[in-house]
Parts: sequence; structure tokens; C-alpha cells
Amino acid sequence: MSAVLEVSALRTHFFTHAGVIRAVDGADFKVRKGEVMGLVGESGSGKSITGFSILGLIDPPGRIVDGSIRFNGAEIANAPEPELQKLRGNRIAMIFQDPMMTLNPVLRIDTQMIEAILAHEDIPRQVAWERCREALGLVGIPSPEERLRAYPHQLSGGMRQRVAIATAFLNRPDLIIADEPTTALDVTIQAQIIHEAQKLTRQTGTAMIWITHDLAVVAGLADHISVMYAGRIVEQGTTDDVIDRPLHPYTVGLLGSVPSANKRGQRLYQIEGMTPNMLAMPKGCAFAPRCRAATPDCSTAPQITKVDGRRLRCHHPQALGAAT
Amino acid sequence: MTDLADQPEAVQAAPVETPFRRFLSEFLESRIAAVAVCVLGLIIVLAVLAPWITPQNPYDLAQVDVLDGRLPPGSEAFAGYTMWLGSDGSGRDLYSAILYGLRISLSVGVASGIIALAIGMAIGLLAAYAGGRTENIIMRVVDLQLSFPAALVALMLVAILGKGIDKIILALVVAQWAYYARTVRGTALVERNKEYVEAAQCLGLSRLRIVFRHILPNCLAPLIVVGTVQTAHAISLEATLSFLGVGLPQTEPSLGVLIANGFEYMLSGRYWISVFPGLALLLTVVSINLVGDQLRDVLNPRLKK
Repeated sequence: MSAVLEVSALRTHFFTHAGVIRAVDGADFKVRKGEVMGLVGESGSGKSITGFSILGLIDPPGRIVDGSIRFNGAEIANAPEPELQKLRGNRIAMIFQDPMMTLNPVLRIDTQMIEAILAHEDIPRQVAWERCREALGLVGIPSPEERLRAYPHQLSGGMRQRVAIATAFLNRPDLIIADEPTTALDVTIQAQIIHEAQKLTRQTGTAMIWITHDLAVVAGLADHISVMYAGRIVEQGTTDDVIDRPLHPYTVGLLGSVPSANKRGQRLYQIEGMTPNMLAMPKGCAFAPRCRAATPDCSTAPQITKVDGRRLRCHHPQALGAAT
Repeated sequence: MTDLADQPEAVQAAPVETPFRRFLSEFLESRIAAVAVCVLGLIIVLAVLAPWITPQNPYDLAQVDVLDGRLPPGSEAFAGYTMWLGSDGSGRDLYSAILYGLRISLSVGVASGIIALAIGMAIGLLAAYAGGRTENIIMRVVDLQLSFPAALVALMLVAILGKGIDKIILALVVAQWAYYARTVRGTALVERNKEYVEAAQCLGLSRLRIVFRHILPNCLAPLIVVGTVQTAHAISLEATLSFLGVGLPQTEPSLGVLIANGFEYMLSGRYWISVFPGLALLLTVVSINLVGDQLRDVLNPRLKK
């Protein structure tokens, strides 16, 4: 199947007074129809900026300086604003992290949802309203007519996130970028939201990029996983490969820090140190200062290599089962 | 306070609590504000109904009798009715004159308030929307305007333009638009960086639509507050100008004109000619300000308990 989205060598930099921040510095990935790609990394690793780059919503002083973003075969990196505006919310939709913040507090749900349809299609309000009601039903909202008349503050967090998901699916987009959509919700609601999202992608064939810092979330949801560190994708492969047999020391560390029952009583593993200062990146491999396997080799930047059916950016692929 | 039962929709399932209804119940929590609203409502009703509830039309010279001049409160007029608040130097029944004066004062205040609000809002939004140099230029003009006392600006303008309701409204608008512009621009800048704006962008909405449909309604709360306070300010400013003799003509007596007329009689013990219109003005301005204060408390999320 052809790729809905093909990102290659994407670089998005921010030119601040203090220096250039290389928020995204070489990201390559493909997402196919009906496929979910998990984009995993710590805070500040450039996951969200990657998402916004695809939508063309990078505000100055930021700019896509290099690379290409091909959407359904057409180049959309640095495309003119009217063209991008036609894609946003229509062909590419976005779901945000905090459902408390992403709905306009003074407008009713129906106003906001109908608006999303009418921005791209010239249809009667009544038809649009019907579609909104249907969409709310699809994401499991009981008595959608009533919810449509409600204001955002009258809905719970989980309910609002369902509204956000329904809104994202309204125009049957080809791609949905979900930026940590479950982080602000409690665990039981998280599971429901993941389930709804998964169901809808299967039903509609929509491709999805699920941005998260939680490997446990994408383990059950994504088909592919890209692990991002300091603006670069360091490991990329099928979910089974990456979760079961991580090769990059960073992925190993991330997996090791997921709490689980069979590690009860032990001290939870944590990756030492902090994400590097984006203004003063270490030379060579950005992860080297925190890496246990680091050797003098790591002062040169590792290139993407193909190892065991996946793409890896490391001089020292971890032995299988070396997870701490 | 809010009667949900008369709304059939609201009864079934979760009570449909519109922002307005919530606002209303929070507003009426303060006794003083509730009283102020009632007083203000009464004043407005009296002013609107003036032609039907007053014994005399003070504009109609045929009904004004000079022989009735300077009568103390409670005297009987030549035409037979009782002048409960007395009469002024030219024989106008003060009760009638005050109600007619309120009409003028209120309409001048509200009209100038609305026009200034519309202009200030458009300019403030434009500044926040455009950013960069346009914003800088607009906001420096606003700063310049705000560095002059409003009374001085209005006084100079009226002196140039001459007397008349339209001219005084124009003067008040010029003196006040900057307050609105600054308020809107400040709020819009904060709102612009909120996540729902980003979400709206991701829906592919046009920038103009985001500004007017999404950002503007979120800026309304502070605007309403500033609007109330500025309207009260406009009313007292108009009274000031009229008192100084540059506002409204003698033939259309606003409260300020009435106070000015009575001023010369104050020392001769005929207090009522100035004092009663003064009280009416005071009551109006204070009740509007009290309403404005409570609006600010209710609408400002930072002051919420």
C-alpha cells in the first residue's frame, strides 16, 4: 500500500536570540493507510514539533529548514498557507493533549463541530449537524443531541477528548496526528480513548501518528514505532521488534523505566541525566552522555543503519534481551 | 435566583447550565450589586417613561411658567400640580426636568459608550491580530491619547465643535476609545496564545474567523466591565462639560445643565435646584459603578474563590 505520509530528512529549527534550536533534526518516517505509527520520546525530544511541521503550523522564529513532507504524493513542506489551510482539519486532523484547553470555552460543542465541517464543505447546517451527531455516537458518547447543545465546561475530561476525536474524524481525514491525547486523562479513560481511536482508524482506514512519551500506550496500539531523541529518530521498526527486542540503548532505557508487576519491590530503572540542552547539543551522538554503552566512537554522529529489519542510529546496538 | 423550572429543556437530565445563567446567579450573590441593579433599572425605566409620568414637559416652553420659578419642594404650581422637588429659576418642575435630564444623560453615556466600544474593539483586535509595526504604532497612539486626561480632551473638542448632543457624543467617543482598544488588545494577546486557538488553526479555519469567532467572544468579559465603568464615566464627563457651560444647550437640560442652573441659587438657600439633579446624577453613576464592580468580580477568573 502506498504511504499516506512520507517524511524524509525533516529539519525544523528555531532561530532564537540565544542561538539555533534544532528541535527536529533529521526525521524520516512513513505512515501507510490504516496504519498507526507511535512517535515516542521524552519531553522536548521534538515529537510535537514534528507534528506541527506536518501541519505547517510552525510559528516564527521556527522554520522548516530542510527535508520533505509528502502527503498523498504531494510536497507540503513550506507549501503556501491557503493550500495548507485546505488540508488542516480536512485531510490532516489533529488531536491535542489537554481536552480542557482545546475546546473554546464560550462556544457550544455543536457550534465548534459544525464550524469544522463548514470550513471545508459547502453544505447546509442541518446536514452538518447530523454528521456531528453521528460522529459523537461513533466515539461512544451517549445522547449526542444533548451533548451537542452543551458547553465544554459541562463535559468531563474524557468526554471532551471524545468530542475532540469525533471532531478530528468529522471530515474523514487521511491522517490524524494525535499529540499525547491520553496523557491528561486517568488510566481507565485512557484505555477507552485508545480503544475508540483504534476502532475508528480500522473502520475508516485513516492513518494515524500517535505522539506519546509512554511506550506502554503505543505497545498495544501502534503498528510501527519511531523513537525520537533530541530531534532525531534513533530507532524505528515494527512495534513487536522495538518493544520485544530494542536495539538502541535509549529504547532499552525507556522500556526499562516502564513499571510492571514482575519488577515489584525493585528500584525502578531510570535513565540517568537529563535531555540535553537544545542550545548546546553534545557533539556526535546526542545520547552518549547518558548512555551506558558509550565509547569514544560516540563522539562522531551515528548514521542511520539497517539492523535486523529496522532503522537504527547507534554505534552500539544492544544485544538482544539486554534490557535492564 | 435562577428559575430552572420554567425551562422545559433544562428539567430533563443534566441541568443545562448556560454560561449566562451561571453568571446571573453569581452576580446576584452580592446584595449591594443586586440593589444597584434594581436602582439602575428603576432609573432607566423612569427615564424612558418620562414623557408619560411627568406633569410637565420642560422642553415645551408653553408649559413652563416663569411665575413658578424657584418654588421650594412641595409647592403647588400655577397649573395645579404639586412640584415635589420644587422648581428652578425659569419655572421648570425639577422632578420632570430631572427625568428628562436623565434621558439625555443616559443616552449620551450609552451612545458614546457603544460607539467608543465598537471603535476601540476593532482597533484593539487589529493591533493584536496584525502584530509587529502596526501594533506598535496603534498602541503608541493609544498611549498618547491616554496620557491626556479624558476631561481635557473632551473639553477641547467641545470647545472647537460647539454645543449639541451629536458633538458631545463625538467628543466623548474620542476621549474614551483608547481605554477599550487597550483592554481588547491586552486580552486578545493572552487569548491568542491559548491552545483552543491552535486547535482552531488545526481545523483549517481562516485567521479572520479565528479572530472574530473564537478570540473576540473570549475578550468580551473584560470589555463588558470596562464598558460599564466607562459609561458611568461618560455620564459624569457629560455633566461636567454641561456644568462648565460647553456641553448641552439650556434648551435641552441634562443633569449637568440643571446643576449649573441651580448653582447660582445655592448661597441664597434654594438648595433644591442643584441638589436634586446632583443626587440623581450621583445615584446613576454610583449604581452603574457598583454593577461594574460586581461584573468585574464575577467575570474575572483570577478573582474567583
